[in-house]
Amino acid sequence: MNSNNSDRSKLYFNPYFGGVMLGLILLATFYISGRGLGASGAAKSTVVAAVDRVAPEHAEESAYYSKFISDDNHPMNNWLVFEVIGVLAGAFLMGGLAGRLKFKTEHNPKISTRRRLIFAALGGVFFGLGSQIARGCTSGAALSGAAVLSLGGFITMLAIFGSAYLFAYFFRKLWI
Amino acid sequence: MGPLIPMEIIPGQWNNVIAVLIGMAFGIIMEGSGFSSSRKIVGLFYGYDFTVLRVFFTATVTAAIGILYFDFMGWVDMSMIYIHPTYVTAAIVGGTLMGLGFITGGYCPGTSLVAVGIGKIDAIVFTGGMLIGIFIFSEAFSLFEGVYNGNFLGRVTISDFFGISPTMFVFLFTIAAVMIFYITTLIRRRVKEVNY
Repeated sequence: MNSNNSDRSKLYFNPYFGGVMLGLILLATFYISGRGLGASGAAKSTVVAAVDRVAPEHAEESAYYSKFISDDNHPMNNWLVFEVIGVLAGAFLMGGLAGRLKFKTEHNPKISTRRRLIFAALGGVFFGLGSQIARGCTSGAALSGAAVLSLGGFITMLAIFGSAYLFAYFFRKLWI
Repeated sequence: MGPLIPMEIIPGQWNNVIAVLIGMAFGIIMEGSGFSSSRKIVGLFYGYDFTVLRVFFTATVTAAIGILYFDFMGWVDMSMIYIHPTYVTAAIVGGTLMGLGFITGGYCPGTSLVAVGIGKIDAIVFTGGMLIGIFIFSEAFSLFEGVYNGNFLGRVTISDFFGISPTMFVFLFTIAAVMIFYITTLIRRRVKEVNY
């Protein structure tokens, strides 16, 4: 029975089915809200809200935080924050149905868990920095930008995937 | 005519409810497509699994065709649709940093959230790193300001940039995507299998 279970947890949608569904969701998002999907925006709201809470004067003086703070709206009362709550719930639901809910660190058996986690943290820092510079991540800038043919969206998409291919050689021991 | 919320066809109070519902659909499809596994995602950079590439380009093509169609039918006012602004320097520098983050961390922000949703510890750590990265950027904003605002071209589309019609661009992009799907299938066959 156990082996059956682990087989089921590796069953995924057909990628073209997944892609068409994702595209239709993105289309519906534009049709309903006038904007695309996003992920890093909610992380930014979290940082802004935390800094505003801990050091409100510092946040107001800062050239960056102050862009996202107003008196009549809390930084967490934001479309993307609610969208991300939905993403977490949706992933939990699907993972539960597919038998993939489990606390674990996934990594190449040739490297230690510790090493994987150090690089995961490092990757997060780079991605966080990059997403703020480019005003959006793979979802907000690349996917949603390219869907409305934004030149910036396409440049960001090429830069993300292109540079990852260039860097892939140097980090191959992490993955293969 | 859409977009429904900016046109006030759907009242603003529904905004957050709709955001949660759309997010759920987004999360279900991403998790179901395998975006919760860093080793599956990274496969596209080593040639052993192109799932993420296929999903990503199919989604882009589907949405782009859909938006052209909605515009053609007069169902959506394109002047009210948010077009990601083009800051060339920021897109290249930011995109390159994100590529580095992708290959070291194994996730992007959206996929890390999906993986957090099913309990991946590496994704929780990645998300923590992401918050730190955003904090560093915000605190050191004056250092990044030149890059952040450099070479601003406005809300320009790629079809304007190349001087062709949006329809023609999407047509060519679709053909390119299908070719990429075919080529990656050939590459996949030649690369040594990785079990994960």
